[in-house]
Amino acid sequence: MNSLRFDMANLLCGLLLIATGIFFALESLDLELGTALRMGPGYFPFILACALMLFGAIILVQAFRAEGEPIGPIAIRGMLFILPAPIIFGLILRGMGFVPSIFLTALFASFASQRMTPLYAVLLSAGLTIFSLLVFVYGLNLPFRAFGPWLGF
Amino acid sequence: MDLFNNLALGFATASSIENLFFCLIGVILGTLIGVLPGIGATATIAMLLPITFQLEPVSSLIMLAGIYYGAQYGGSTTAILINMPGESSSAVTAIDGYQMARKGKAGSALAIAAIGSFFAGTVSTFLVAIFAPPLTEVALKFGAAEYFSLMVVGLVSSIALAHGSIVKALAMVALGLLLGLVGTDIYTGTARFTLGVREYADGLNFVAVAVGVFGIAEILRNLESEKTRSILMAKVTGLLPSKEDFRAMIAPVLRGTAIGSVLGILPGGGAILASFASYTVEKKISDHPEEFGRGAVAGVAGPESANNAGAQTSFIPLLTLGIPANPVMALMIGAMIIQGIVPGPNVASEQPALFWGIIASMWIGNLMLVVLNLPLIGLWVKLLTIPYYVLFPIIMTFCAIGVYSVNSNVYDLYSVAFFGLIGYVLAKLRCEPAPLLLGFVLGPLLEENLRRAMILSRGDPMTFINRPISAGLLICAALVLVIVFLPSVKKKRAEVFVEED
Repeated sequence: MNSLRFDMANLLCGLLLIATGIFFALESLDLELGTALRMGPGYFPFILACALMLFGAIILVQAFRAEGEPIGPIAIRGMLFILPAPIIFGLILRGMGFVPSIFLTALFASFASQRMTPLYAVLLSAGLTIFSLLVFVYGLNLPFRAFGPWLGF
Repeated sequence: MDLFNNLALGFATASSIENLFFCLIGVILGTLIGVLPGIGATATIAMLLPITFQLEPVSSLIMLAGIYYGAQYGGSTTAILINMPGESSSAVTAIDGYQMARKGKAGSALAIAAIGSFFAGTVSTFLVAIFAPPLTEVALKFGAAEYFSLMVVGLVSSIALAHGSIVKALAMVALGLLLGLVGTDIYTGTARFTLGVREYADGLNFVAVAVGVFGIAEILRNLESEKTRSILMAKVTGLLPSKEDFRAMIAPVLRGTAIGSVLGILPGGGAILASFASYTVEKKISDHPEEFGRGAVAGVAGPESANNAGAQTSFIPLLTLGIPANPVMALMIGAMIIQGIVPGPNVASEQPALFWGIIASMWIGNLMLVVLNLPLIGLWVKLLTIPYYVLFPIIMTFCAIGVYSVNSNVYDLYSVAFFGLIGYVLAKLRCEPAPLLLGFVLGPLLEENLRRAMILSRGDPMTFINRPISAGLLICAALVLVIVFLPSVKKKRAEVFVEED
């Protein structure tokens, strides 16, 4: 176990940056690079992507020099419920309209916390939906339809 | 006296009933989110940006500015009463402010913070008024090469002022610049890095990136360990500081204002760095350094003045050059563009009422904050008892509505989720999001000016060095880079930033 000491965060960080750099570099090469005088669409991004790979490599090397702090707990439950919430909102907004979308998005996001009880989540989401409807749709006239075509409106 | 005419115009604009109302809304919202830990000014302004579409440009910018400096005030309340910074810029206030509160001096600590902030706000409002016009004159002479070099200075300073590893900050700038280039190339119309999604042809939505990287990532971090906040519900009594307290706070307030005003102008840091620097200075020159950490008045007065001064003066580069000093200013640029105003040196000459109205509103807003905060402190304290699991679904909902409303584009909502993930991963890998966002905003501008400068000079890169202003700026950037890599400075940086934890 002790043979290899490294900083996990820096190791991952370096690798991720290098991978991102490679992705952008390859994509830039598909574009026209051009010359320094008339730079094509790929010129500047290609330089940046190479810089990114270089920085990634430096961080990777640093990872083996010293042991860092551990990464710490990861909010798995948080990610499972928080990150899909805006996606859900995006998927159903056009079809179902503002009111059901807000309610479902808020309800879904609520469960990211272990402390939230189902009853409380429903109450909170309902209150939030009414508030948002009054403020954003009626108060500020943002272009939302309260109910969408999927519900027969 | 031009200055007074201008200020008179500004106050006339800012004191219309409508603008006073939006200034008030702004500072109340700002205090609210400042008091609540777990939601920062950047995410709030990003969420509220779409709401300001309906307003007059002046009113909307006044309101957004109010949110920003209001958050600095609110943040200190949380720091003092529950030893937890409501805003990252008040992290140092928590050290001594909380100790004062434990000794039963919560009232004076809050008053010292408010008075210091108000003084700093007043001085720095005048600084903005004095320095903005001459800088505008200089900026009007800028060509493509100068703008490029200026942005390089901005990006480099944001690296110097970021926490932690310099290489990581550099990498964040590069990544931000690349992300900023997603979309259609302005010269050839080629779609770049859109992965074939037509909806990303206009580029990634700035609001979506900001909300994701700052707002959603922050929620995820708070959900990592859900613990109950211990609130020191010390009865807030005796709002007026004693005579000794007054005497002890004068010098730190003056020094804090000076430090904050200078650091606020520098890109990248703004209020956060200002408060740390002020605390360090106060501790170093104090006759009783052992008092720091045990409730020293100077430890509250200095940093609180500094962060407010920094928040104000960071408007100088925005109003004069159109270059954001920090992520919040980048959002203000977004707000200006949405309103059809091109940020930059022309704003002062073409829209004097807007320009001076914003400056005057800062002073009015600061006055409102003192009046609001001291008597209403009990109300703000009550807010702290709201548990986090009630707050974050509300934040999520407003994020979704806000981001979608910018362009009515559902793909922006997918970007939010994606950048929320990115922001969380970066936070876990100890990378700072601020340089990334700055790079993201400046990416397209930087490339445009680079390419234009190269075309104008017929492909000769010496143009950046032959033009004196440009050369001067690049030398500045190089110096900053050299300095941050010097071993002694590197050690100092580590010390300054460690105190936050």
